[in-house]
This record gives sequence, C-alpha cells and structure tokens, in this order.
Amino acid sequence: MSYRGRFKIWRGDAKGGALQEFVVEVNEGEVVLDIIHRLQATQAPDLAVRWNCKAGKCGSCSAEINGRPRLMCMTRMSVFDESETVTVTPMRTFPVVRDLVTDVSFNYTKAREIPSFVPPPQLGPGEYRMQQEDVGRSQEFRKCIECFLCQNVCHVVRDHEENKTAFAGPRFLMRIAELDMHPLDAAEETGLDRKSTAQDEHGLGYCNITKCCTEVCPEHIKITDNALIPLKERAADRKYDPLVWLGSMIRRRRTD
Amino acid sequence: MTTQVERHSYDVVVVGAGGAGLRAAIEARSQGMRTAVICKSLFGKAHTVMAEGGIAASMGNVNENDNWQVHFRDTMRGGKFLNQWRMAELHAKEAPDRVWELETWGALFDRTKDGKISQRNFGGHEYPRLAHVGDRTGLELIRTLQQKIVSLQQEDKKEFGDYEARLKVFQECTVTRILTRAESGSAADSRVCGVFGYVRESGRFFVIEAPAVVLATGGIGKSFKVPSNSWEYTGDGHALALLAGAQLINMEFVQFHPTGMVWPPSVKGILVTESVRGDGGVLRNSDGKRFMFDYIPEVFKEKYAQDEAEADGWYTAPDTHRRPPELLPRDEVARAINAEVKAGHGSPHGGVFLDVSTRLPAEEIRRRLPSMHHQFKELADVDITAEPMEVGPTCHYVMGGVDVDPDTAAATGVPGLFAAGEVAGGMHGSNRLGGNSLSDLLVFGRRAGLYAATYAAELAGSRPQVAEEQIEGAAAEALRPFSAEYAGNTDTVDGRPENPYSLHQELQQTMNDLVGIIRRAGEMEEALHRLADLRVRSRTAVVEGHRQFNPGWHLAIDLRNMLLVSECVARAALERTESRGGHTRDDYPQMDRLWRKSNLVCELAEYRGVITGQDPAMGQIKLTRRDMLPIRADLLALFEKDELLKYLTDEELSA
Ligand SMILES: Cc1cc2nc3c(=O)[nH]c(=O)nc-3n(C[C@H](O)[C@H](O)[C@H](O)COP(=O)(O)OP(=O)(O)OC[C@H]3O[C@@H](n4cnc5c(N)ncnc54)[C@H](O)[C@@H]3O)c2cc1C
Ligand code: SF4
Ligand code: SF4
Ligand code: FES
Repeated sequence: MSYRGRFKIWRGDAKGGALQEFVVEVNEGEVVLDIIHRLQATQAPDLAVRWNCKAGKCGSCSAEINGRPRLMCMTRMSVFDESETVTVTPMRTFPVVRDLVTDVSFNYTKAREIPSFVPPPQLGPGEYRMQQEDVGRSQEFRKCIECFLCQNVCHVVRDHEENKTAFAGPRFLMRIAELDMHPLDAAEETGLDRKSTAQDEHGLGYCNITKCCTEVCPEHIKITDNALIPLKERAADRKYDPLVWLGSMIRRRRTD
Repeated sequence: MTTQVERHSYDVVVVGAGGAGLRAAIEARSQGMRTAVICKSLFGKAHTVMAEGGIAASMGNVNENDNWQVHFRDTMRGGKFLNQWRMAELHAKEAPDRVWELETWGALFDRTKDGKISQRNFGGHEYPRLAHVGDRTGLELIRTLQQKIVSLQQEDKKEFGDYEARLKVFQECTVTRILTRAESGSAADSRVCGVFGYVRESGRFFVIEAPAVVLATGGIGKSFKVPSNSWEYTGDGHALALLAGAQLINMEFVQFHPTGMVWPPSVKGILVTESVRGDGGVLRNSDGKRFMFDYIPEVFKEKYAQDEAEADGWYTAPDTHRRPPELLPRDEVARAINAEVKAGHGSPHGGVFLDVSTRLPAEEIRRRLPSMHHQFKELADVDITAEPMEVGPTCHYVMGGVDVDPDTAAATGVPGLFAAGEVAGGMHGSNRLGGNSLSDLLVFGRRAGLYAATYAAELAGSRPQVAEEQIEGAAAEALRPFSAEYAGNTDTVDGRPENPYSLHQELQQTMNDLVGIIRRAGEMEEALHRLADLRVRSRTAVVEGHRQFNPGWHLAIDLRNMLLVSECVARAALERTESRGGHTRDDYPQMDRLWRKSNLVCELAEYRGVITGQDPAMGQIKLTRRDMLPIRADLLALFEKDELLKYLTDEELSA
C-alpha cells in the first residue's frame, strides 16, 4: 500500500528558484501536506510551508498542485496515479517569500478597504431578531476560510499586477455582497451604498464572470452566482433606475 | 556588541490572536491603549478557527429555564468541583453578554423560529445552550473579532490617517521570552517590561516594550502524538509564563476528546464534533451495542437515561426524559471508548462506531453537520449520511494553565502579566465542558484586556525599562540551534547532532504512551526520565539553512516549551493519587474528596529564566500542593446537599 512517489517542489525565494525533485514514501490515505511534512522531517528540514489545522478549516496551506490551486491538506494522494510526478508550486499571483510560502498581504490590504458592518442604531445587544432564511445567504459567504485561492486564480490579477490596486478580488467583493445581504446592516442609513461602492471603488466591473473563483473554492461557495452576479445586478439597478437614484439622494441629504 | 533587533513600544501587548487574544486586544484598544497583537500564524488562522460545535451561554433562547445558575452548576459538575469557582461564576454570568455583543459586530449565528440565536445540546449542559453556526462556530467567532479589529482600524484611519495608529497585528511573529525588570534588583519584585521574539518570514529579532502583556497563546496538544490541535499548540504561553516567574496550576488535567478520527492514519486525531452526538448520533461497539449505558458513573446516575427508549425520547421531550449517556462529560465518554477497545469490542481501525446515518435523514445531516460530512467524505471516503464513522479519543484541550486572579486575569506573582483563554488555568477545573472554551475566551479575554489597560494606565510615567542583557540572552538562546559548537558534539547518541523533528516525535510518543488517557505511577516515572534525556539531547539539536522562514529552526525553539510543559503534566499527574476529570489513574481509580480542594502548582525550579536541571529526579519544575479558597456559601447553596457530599468532605460542608 505504500509506494515511492515522485515529487517536484518549487524551492527558492524572491530572488528566484527552481523545481527540485524528490522521491519519498507515500502511504495509504495521505494528503499532499503529509508528504511535505515527511520531506521536512527526512530530506529538507528547512522547506518552508504554511499550514495550521490540517483539516481544511484555516485556509493556510494553499498552493498549486500540478498547476491547480488547492489546499495541500485536502488533496489526497489517491487522486494521483502512483507513477505520476506531483508538482507543487506556490500560488502564482502573490510574491514568493520562500519555497511554498507567499506574501499574501494584498488580501489583508483589501480587507481593510471594505467598510465594516454598521450596527442598527435602534437595536441593543440581545435585541437582534433575524429569520434563518434571511441570514442563510450571508452565512454561505461567511463559510470562507480565507485561503485566497480564488484571489490567486482570478485572471483579473493573476498575470496583471497593474490591476491589483483597483480590484478587490472575488473574496472581498463577496464580503461586500455578504454585508449588503445582512438583514440588519444599517449602512444605507449612514449614506453608504455598498452596491455602488463595489462597482466604483472595488473594481466589480473588472469581473467578467468566468467563474474560475467558484471552481477552486474549497468551501464550495458559489462566489460568482450567489455573490458577484447579484451584486452586479443590484449595482446596475442602482445606476440606471432614476427612482432609486432619487431616493438615495434624498436619504443622503437627510442624514447630513 | 548589541544584537540587531527591531524595536517597538506599545501600552499593551497581546500574545495570541485566537478568540481570547483578539477579544483582549479589542478591549485594551477601546480603553484607549495603543495595543499590539502578536501571532505565529497569519491573522485569522489561530486555532480558534477550528472550533466546531458552539459557544455556551445561558441565553435561554431554546429552553427558557436556563440561567447563569444552571450553567454554573453544570460547569462545576463537569470540572468535578475543582474549578476556580469565582471564574466559573463570572463565566456563567457574563457569557450571554459576550455572545450578544458579537451580533453587534456582525456575527450571524443560526436562528430559532422566533428569530433569536439558536442553541444546541452538548455534553454536560442541562439545557440546549450552545450558540452555533452549523459546525463552524470557531470560524464565525474568529472572523467576527477579526472584522471588529478591522473596523476599529478603519476608525483610526479616519481619525489619525493611519490604520495602525492604535492597534497593530504583528502576524507570523513568535515570542520566545517575556522580558521582566526588577527595579530594586531583587528578582522577587520584577515586573513585565516587554516581549522578545522573531519574525518568521525574515528570521529577524524584535522587541516590543510594554508594561502589560496578555498571554493568549492557547494549548499544548502538540506534545502528544494524537491530538486534534494545530502546529501552534506547543505550549508557548505556558512556558513563557514559567520562565517569567509565574505559576501553572492543574497541569495534570488534559482533556482527551472522545471522538477523533482514527482512520486513515494521516488524519488520526482530527476532531469529530460533539454536535454529532448532541444532534442524535450514538456510539456502538463492534457487536452493535450502544455501550454507553454501561458506563454511567455513580455521581451522574440520576441525570442520565438508563435505556435506549428513554434516551431517544429525550431529543423531542427533554422535560420528561433523562438525557442519553452519549452526552456524559467528555472524560467519561473517552474512558468508556478506551475500555471498549481494550476489551476487544473495537472497530476495524481501533475505535468505536459513531452513527448518525440511522438517526437523521440524510438531508438533515448535511444541513446540521456540513463540515463533518465534508471532512469524512474528503479525507476518509466515508459518507456519514449512509454509514457510521469510526472514532477514538484524541488529545484536545489542556485544563491547566497560568494561575490567575479570577477577576482581573492577572498572573500570580508577575505584575504586568495577564493570561486568558486556554493558556489560563482554573476555570474548567479537572474537565472542560464542550462550548465552555469559546465563552471563556470572550469573558476572560475581555477582562484581561480591560485590566491590562488599567494597569498600563496606572503605571503611566514609571514604566520599567528593558535591560540590554536580557535581549542579548534571549537572542543567544534563540540562535543556539544554529551554533556550530553543537555539531559533532560527542554527547549525542552517535556523535551526530540531533534532528529536531525526531526529538519531537519521540516526545509525542512518550507523552502518548506514558502520560496519556490512562496513567500509572511507574510509567510516569519512566516518562520523567525520558523527558530529562530529551532535554539534554535537545540542547544539541542543530538546524540547517538560514533564518528566513525556516520550520526546522522554529521547531527547535518550540521544543524548549514542549519539554517544560510536558514535565509539568507528568510531574503533577504522578503526584495526584486519585482519578478526576481529565486525569485517570489506573492505580488510583477513585475520586478522593480530600484531593478536591487541592491544586498542584508548578513553577520553575531554577528561579527565573535559567534552564539547567539535567537530573530527572529534580528536573526543571518545582511542584507544590496548595489549597483552594472555600467555595462561597451562596454558590454552594445552588446545589443539593446530597450532591455536594459526593465531592466535598464533611468538614468542608459543615464549615
Ligand atoms: C477541533 C477543535 C474543535 C473545538 N470546538 C470547540 C467548540 O465547539 N466549542 C468550544 O468552546 N471550544 C472548542 N474547542 C476548543 C477551543 O477551540 C480552544 O480551546 C480555543 O479556541 C483556544 O483559544 P485561545 O484564544 O486560547 O487560543 P488560540 O485560538 O489557539 O490562539 C492562540 C494564539 O496564540 C498565538 N501564539 C501561540 N504561541 C505564540 C508565540 N510564542 N508567539 C506569538 N503568538 C503565539 C497563536 O499564533 C494563536 O494566534 C475546539 C478545539 C479544537 C481543536
Ligand atoms: S468570476 Fe469574476 S472574480 Fe471570479 S475569477 Fe472570474 S473574473 Fe475573477
Ligand atoms: S471564497 Fe473560497 S476560495 Fe475564496 S478565499 Fe474564501 S474559501 Fe478560499
Ligand atoms: S492546514 Fe488548514 S486548511 Fe490546510
């Protein structure tokens, strides 16, 4: 049941690097992260990798396995042929720090740019009442483990460094959708229209709904269908519906 | 020569970005303190993210009979009355406010029909009490606190033009020493003055000067071979506290969660949430027998169902039925599973069967237990809606930790040091109830942040300064694994340097085999010998490569902490000659009322900082027995006298 598997692992740092070949034992039931750990313990003690939970819950161990963005702890070795060489490389969209570890600070920068939840001023702690059907939509998006695989795969930034300033990426556009669908978010009362900020400030317009983000999401969140498309539709409504536009102007003036 | 270190200065430093650390940081910043949070992983990845089942708070949304008194009683029973009762009281009283507050920060819990926060059943809790989001409650908690921090940073950006003006997260940084300074020169009155650590990415050292430090570093599970814990659980905070002169209590109490995955080997230990049982899942042995009915201990006889019919009735009519024995406190269930496997009634891979497939419709299982469904499907090829899971005990939580003042979370004996969350001791006594950790994190995280802020503000102009010698010492210690003097050292086994990965594996095997779920005096003595040997060998552990993101080096540094903490566990476990909660002695199987009021206190044998102690009989840890304060009369009055007699001595009761 055990066999000697062939691996190519990218090793290097910001200055450059290359694929390095390893032959290592693979046992029944193991995942790619187990192999990386075995390499650390036996052949390459300083091989750099991020991981935490080894249970698909923290989103730390993202990498590209045979070119496909995946979690190393949730990729079972049994999906590969025993004779196949498995290639593991760091996420491509983010700058390499060392070996499989990349600098994901782009995502933390974007997270800070999304306006936070606005609590309804009239309700105190313990007074929130919401129906399960109404929280369900936002809850789907809150399953996100911030593995940043969707950010990594999205073609808007994958090979286009220049788009990074203008585009928040699927994970954070989805965060806007999540807050927008929160049954008690009071952003509107403060004059903040989340839909139009998605469009105007966070680059929703760059997304041409290719759904690559949805395909790689380990949490199986329907990022494109359930978050991005509805957000686009609502943003469009806002823009072109003169009544909505008028309404929002009036409300804004009132809060001044 | 002065060591190259990056220097910062803050009012409050929080070590740890799990539930406890983030809640502490939010509080300290809200009190107007400039606050730094330090964590080993990326922001938002702390261990808390893994918590599944829920957060315990007596909001009474599902059963209105619930209140803080009932929660307090359950907590004390779960901990077999060894709990720091004032902590248990504060926890039970404040937990609902801490949960409701999360909603105002954007958390979205599952709802009841009338739109309130839904609450689910869990082992040891009399009423449905756990607020939850499916089985990913920890993720919701972490994300909510993370987003609250971001929102505070956005406020600061508006006010000062800088997100990090008053609250900064130093991610992927590891603290290796708490720095202290004695103004008078006498170690006895030294105070906290900052922390020393390294940046994982660059390997560079940093010092943050601060008069108040909150430890919120979580647990110790990585010293055991089969844990449910992440790599971060190397007992850093426990060790940092010891090295700074603080005390640890209750270290003999380690919780083995009854249901971890047992197959395939590479996932052994990964948690199967207790919600599976709370929502109807049952345990069976290889004969198909629901064996838990045979394991209801005397102290719980009146509270649990005696047969299947009664147990099954409880899910729909809890007022007229007693609860199923699958929902006994964790220590009881873990021991029962252990006994079944030992008696030869185990499943093919050495566990027992946990079945929900015959108990709930597939659709319902997928809705209520989505992560479990996903986890088994992806990692074990098991469809839990159609077949049973195989499960067995896994090292899950440490009840022991830093001895703290119950109200302020201040560590005993070291002014300026605070501790909250899993790293703090006392709250859970000898055994923690499920769901009581997440609430503990929030209640005492907030208190630690509050009192750390108060302490820092009161010190104002007279903050202790960091001594350069301490920085030099800490840097030398951290660099030791690179130093050539150990390479080729002839003291090592075959003249070769030690590999930190192998040392770690040996440590895990030792703790698992000799200080695990069932303990015996001889084995623990053997464990102490092996730990002493590992300690000597760990001084010759050598790492390859350079300081930039080097996991071998990180592990070599963590070994110091794991060895210190493991010795505390082994020494205290050997000393406590009874069985109680997360401490089971084969040679002393009974609970002993005389032990009930005693804590075992661990401190560094070599006072403050110097690690020597090569003699296994002595070791690095000094152990003392200390009596607890008597439980306050009005809290005792919450229990029936008959029940108290099972735990307290006659003298304690008549006093
Ligand atoms: C799988 C699983 C499921 C669980 N489910 C539940 C549940 O349903 N309900 C419940 O109540 N409890 C549950 N628990 C227990 C609970 O999750 C933990 O006890 C709790 O999250 C610990 O939180 P904490 O804030 O103390 O520490 P953690 O969340 O572990 O955070 C520790 C932090 O300290 C940092 N740190 C550690 N050492 C250092 C250092 N040297 N320098 C800098 N930073 C450091 C880490 O990076 C991390 O940020 C579960 C535990 C597990 C393992
Ligand atoms: S659907 Fe939009 S966000 Fe997702 S990958 Fe395609 S372009 Fe990027
Ligand atoms: S949305 Fe999915 S892919 Fe994107 S960060 Fe979250 S979990 Fe990862
Ligand atoms: S290690 Fe946590 S998701 Fe892989």
